Amino acid sequence: MPAFFTPDEYAVVVAVCERLIPADDQPGATDAAVADYIDTLLGAFSFDPPRIWAVHPRRSEFHPLTPLDELAWRTRIEGSLGRPERELNGPTVGWQQRYRDGVAALGADFGRVDEDEQKRRLRADRDFLMLVHQHACEGMYGAPAYGGNRGLVGWANSGFEGDVQPRGYTDAEVSGP
Amino acid sequence: MIADQDFDAIVVGSGPGGSTVAEVLTAAGWSVLIFEKGRNHLIDLADPTRLLTDYSNDELKFISRHFLGPDPWLEPRTFRAGEDRGDREHIGEANNLPSTVGGGGVHADGKLPRFLAADFRMRSDLGPVDGAAVEDWPVDYDEMEPFYADAERIVGVAGDADANPFAAWRSGPYPMPPGAPMYGAVRSTASAEKLGLHPYPGPTGANSVPYDGRPACNNCGFCAYYGCPIHAKGDPVAPLQRALLTGRCELRPETFVSRVLVTNGRATGVEYVDRDGVTRTETATRAVVLAGGAVETPRLLLLSGFEHPLIGRHLMCHFQTMVMGIMLFRTHPHRGRAVTHMHDDHLIGDDASRAAAAAAGLPWLRGGMVEHCGPGAPVMESRTYPWGRRHKEMMRESPMRDHMWGFTMQGEDLPQPTNRIDLDPTVRDIRGFPAMRMTYRSHAMELAASRHYAPTLAAVLEDMGATQTMVATSPVPDGPYGGYLSPIPNSKHVVGTVRMGTDPSTSVLDPWGRFHDVPNLMVADSSGFVTSTGYGPTLTIVALAIRNARALASS
Ligand SMILES: Cc1cc2nc3c(=O)[nH]c(=O)nc-3n(C[C@H](O)[C@H](O)[C@H](O)COP(=O)(O)OP(=O)(O)OC[C@H]3O[C@@H](n4cnc5c(N)ncnc54)[C@H](O)[C@@H]3O)c2cc1C
Ligand code: SF4
Repeated sequence: MPAFFTPDEYAVVVAVCERLIPADDQPGATDAAVADYIDTLLGAFSFDPPRIWAVHPRRSEFHPLTPLDELAWRTRIEGSLGRPERELNGPTVGWQQRYRDGVAALGADFGRVDEDEQKRRLRADRDFLMLVHQHACEGMYGAPAYGGNRGLVGWANSGFEGDVQPRGYTDAEVSGP
Repeated sequence: MIADQDFDAIVVGSGPGGSTVAEVLTAAGWSVLIFEKGRNHLIDLADPTRLLTDYSNDELKFISRHFLGPDPWLEPRTFRAGEDRGDREHIGEANNLPSTVGGGGVHADGKLPRFLAADFRMRSDLGPVDGAAVEDWPVDYDEMEPFYADAERIVGVAGDADANPFAAWRSGPYPMPPGAPMYGAVRSTASAEKLGLHPYPGPTGANSVPYDGRPACNNCGFCAYYGCPIHAKGDPVAPLQRALLTGRCELRPETFVSRVLVTNGRATGVEYVDRDGVTRTETATRAVVLAGGAVETPRLLLLSGFEHPLIGRHLMCHFQTMVMGIMLFRTHPHRGRAVTHMHDDHLIGDDASRAAAAAAGLPWLRGGMVEHCGPGAPVMESRTYPWGRRHKEMMRESPMRDHMWGFTMQGEDLPQPTNRIDLDPTVRDIRGFPAMRMTYRSHAMELAASRHYAPTLAAVLEDMGATQTMVATSPVPDGPYGGYLSPIPNSKHVVGTVRMGTDPSTSVLDPWGRFHDVPNLMVADSSGFVTSTGYGPTLTIVALAIRNARALASS
């Protein structure tokens, strides 16, 4: 059960991410659970502590937020919603609303139309495309603690080992080809 | 918490500057209270022998999500390229350094070179430049040398004393030998030497061997922009830990100093906002030391009503010239300490640079230290490739990361009075105080130096076998806002906004970093710098802080 999206929205987001980072002979966004990464980010405050800063890149354990951190992250995610303490320098539309609107505009049938039509619809709203693209890249290649990069498939594809503490790299691995 | 008492000194900011002052003053027997507006992820304040384990190798936490602060929504900054651009052109992040216990020191990758002797006397050696206030420093290298040596010991710097032919004289070796060279640097130094340059292992504040009770760096690769998970970087955890262990130092995180209190020409304490949003005051019986960095220190002075017309002016950030090449071989830039090698040739004038200056109508030009470096981690990389079918193939081929190597030149930036920090007329931070506004535009000298040296750097990459080279700069004068490269300078080497000097009409601070008219108020960050030099500022911040805090303690 998604933390933020409705099941229909979730299905569209899965299709969007797969269009942005499709599987080839290696796993793509769906295999890496990129949509779950985005859903966890938008629903971060349904967890305690909120899923903003992982304690360790591979463990589902999160730092508590201070009241100020919480204010900043709630504003970013939920928007200012007319609350004076969130409108310090003007109103903010949160990511939740941008996804709700952006996904609705892509259409409930987004996963069933052909590739060209998917691309056309994605390019129709460049701001939303940039937002999902950034989050899709984070979910594919970021630390698995945040719900994406499942099975480390993002790193495996790109030859990146991720966090290697406490082993580190030997001097030979650093200095040799 | 230390029992109810007045502190001898209050220090604002716990970065390399403030932490060093705390170590020196507590060693002299003073009691010290440090205010830090950021959170503590560094050290157990109840038991300072214990270092925390909050740092982790996580690109999202540190790069995308502001774990070390400041959150640009809570503490917005504004920017404009000049007064001709209206009140501001941009609101949000502008050259932010971390706001956390340890300041920028915890996530710098810590190249810690000394300045050259010539850096302290640019006006005498090279002469004036139109539009800039180039002056000599009120201190010279010979006087600084012992403090540099102490700074290298306090922080723990690894380097090779004989490797850089341009380096100033030194009284002794580095405390540690250099760590393992990165593979890309092995290749780029070989090509650079072939072309007549003089690369050397950059002095770094990361342990190459166990030092001062902390382990050797294990080359984990998440170095610049990340805290070290094993505390192999010494700056500023080492001085801070020693200050706290004396029992005479208290550190209060999440407290924002909003005003410096001055009565009859003496600093008496500060007003601050605590973590519950309550405004309080605290008294210092002997001195107040400001070390909030070269952006926040002038902001605090302006918030406090200081009126010297030079406060905030002569802001300098290095002009970065990034020359990168795509190689046929894998460079694995994710192994090692972000930068292991540098060269200083472009700080040294020659006939060609003099001709280039003359052609640009300038009396002289000067580049900066060149870091031999590769790109960052894969989220950043992935965003540079197009989305769609070819995306994963691009990530496997990795032209923009695992096949990339190149250079960042941290070019000298001239002190222009029009480049400045002041208070934004309307934008506020979360506590209700006016935001910092930066007004900044490059001088023709920086642009000419960048154009002059970029082809040399590209030639080195071609010799290494680059199939393609590219040049980018930060700032991009007159470029669009919004991206990583914009008119806002990215260099985290920010200096000069409360300059030192001997003459109170052309400087705010005296040669000991104290206000001409408030002698017990000292600045211990890079705000006092007179010129930017082409070197990272931090070792000089620490060395000056040692010198000036020792003088303060014995005054
Ligand atoms: C990624 C990166 C890499 C870097 N690499 C290098 C390098 O290789 N070499 C080099 O020399 N330099 C490097 N730097 C720069 C280096 O980090 C700074 O020069 C150094 O941290 C400056 O030290 P400081 O003590 O003057 O100020 P800072 O480190 O900026 O510390 C100031 C502290 O004061 C706090 N503060 C500010 N105002 C207030 C207030 N009003 N109340 C309470 N607290 C306040 C801030 O929160 C902050 O924690 C790098 C920086 C970054 C970000
Ligand atoms: S590369 Fe070394 S100094 Fe840098 S974070 Fe890793 S272990 Fe620490």
